[in-house]
Amino acid sequence: MTFTDYFIPTIFLLIIVFGLIKRVDIFDLFIEGAKEGISTSLDILPSLICLMTCIGIFKSVGGFGILSSFVQPVTDFFSFPSECTPLIFIRPMSGSGALSVYNGIISDYGADSFIGKVASVMMGSTETTFYTVAVYFGAVRIKNSRYAIPAALMGDLTGWIISVAAVRMMF
Amino acid sequence: MCYLIGVLVIFTYLIAVFNNKMSELSLAIITQCGEAVTLSISLCGSICLWSGLMNIAEKSGIVNRLSTIFSPLMRFLFPNVDRYSKAMGYITLNFISNLLGLGNASTPLGIKAMEELKTIDNATDSASDNMIMLTVLNTAALQLFPATIITLRANQGSNTPADIIPAVWVVSIITLTLTVLAVKLFSKISEKKVKR
Repeated sequence: MTFTDYFIPTIFLLIIVFGLIKRVDIFDLFIEGAKEGISTSLDILPSLICLMTCIGIFKSVGGFGILSSFVQPVTDFFSFPSECTPLIFIRPMSGSGALSVYNGIISDYGADSFIGKVASVMMGSTETTFYTVAVYFGAVRIKNSRYAIPAALMGDLTGWIISVAAVRMMF
Repeated sequence: MCYLIGVLVIFTYLIAVFNNKMSELSLAIITQCGEAVTLSISLCGSICLWSGLMNIAEKSGIVNRLSTIFSPLMRFLFPNVDRYSKAMGYITLNFISNLLGLGNASTPLGIKAMEELKTIDNATDSASDNMIMLTVLNTAALQLFPATIITLRANQGSNTPADIIPAVWVVSIITLTLTVLAVKLFSKISEKKVKR
């Protein structure tokens, strides 16, 4: 048992206790929130079907291997595991796509393997950059996003590189 | 998104032709769509559980308490936005929703903040520095509890699915810091260009 085992139960406990102290109806609020959760899962299903099919077929013909070997000189330089390369390409573009690639990686190589852990940290510490920029600027009709994409991508790039280092050092 | 799908499908077909993998491809087309349904069902329970818990957290005032804690940080990130303005309120709530993984809440709040910032900064076609800072904060995923990833790890047989959390925090914080510095640097550079 490690201290990370405490995370989930402690968050659970804190939220429930805080709700009780504040005298809110925790059951009703839970139900209300969980209902939203169902629509979230349903909302992602159509895009998940589309992208998971596209990514699955690309993977079935060995597309990921070809893609990874293209950028292998660069990824090797950062001692980045080439098994995680597909995630670099899909993560900034599509959340459902990244979810499906990530699930594939941890089922192929094991969630507790080095590769699986790097993929997990990459997933947890980056976002769908292009999509977010498109939604935020699109909503307020801004056409010129100036340096938003370069700055955000620089962050992603740092995230990819230090994910590997973090997994090496912390496990 | 359309280009991504197009590129994937066209390249898949070409690779299948050249590598003689048509039978694998047919099988994959038929089975992958079902996998998507399995994946979303396996995530559904956990998404609902955390949405339910986070709703309790939100309504019982944890979110408000957190906004007081983060107010100094927000003033550093958005120095020329009045700390009591509507814009700052939306910005803080957007940041905290992201932190708590309240995806449904964070995007509408972020868009409201963008509208307020657009008015404050008199932006027309191109983004203001504040708007870029807000967007970039949203592209750097600082999340206290990455529930989806932990659920998937547990489903794939991880013994300690939550043990990646400290590493995720460290990487997110370093990434976020560098991105914020990049935005500040870029905005200084563009200021100089305008002065010339």
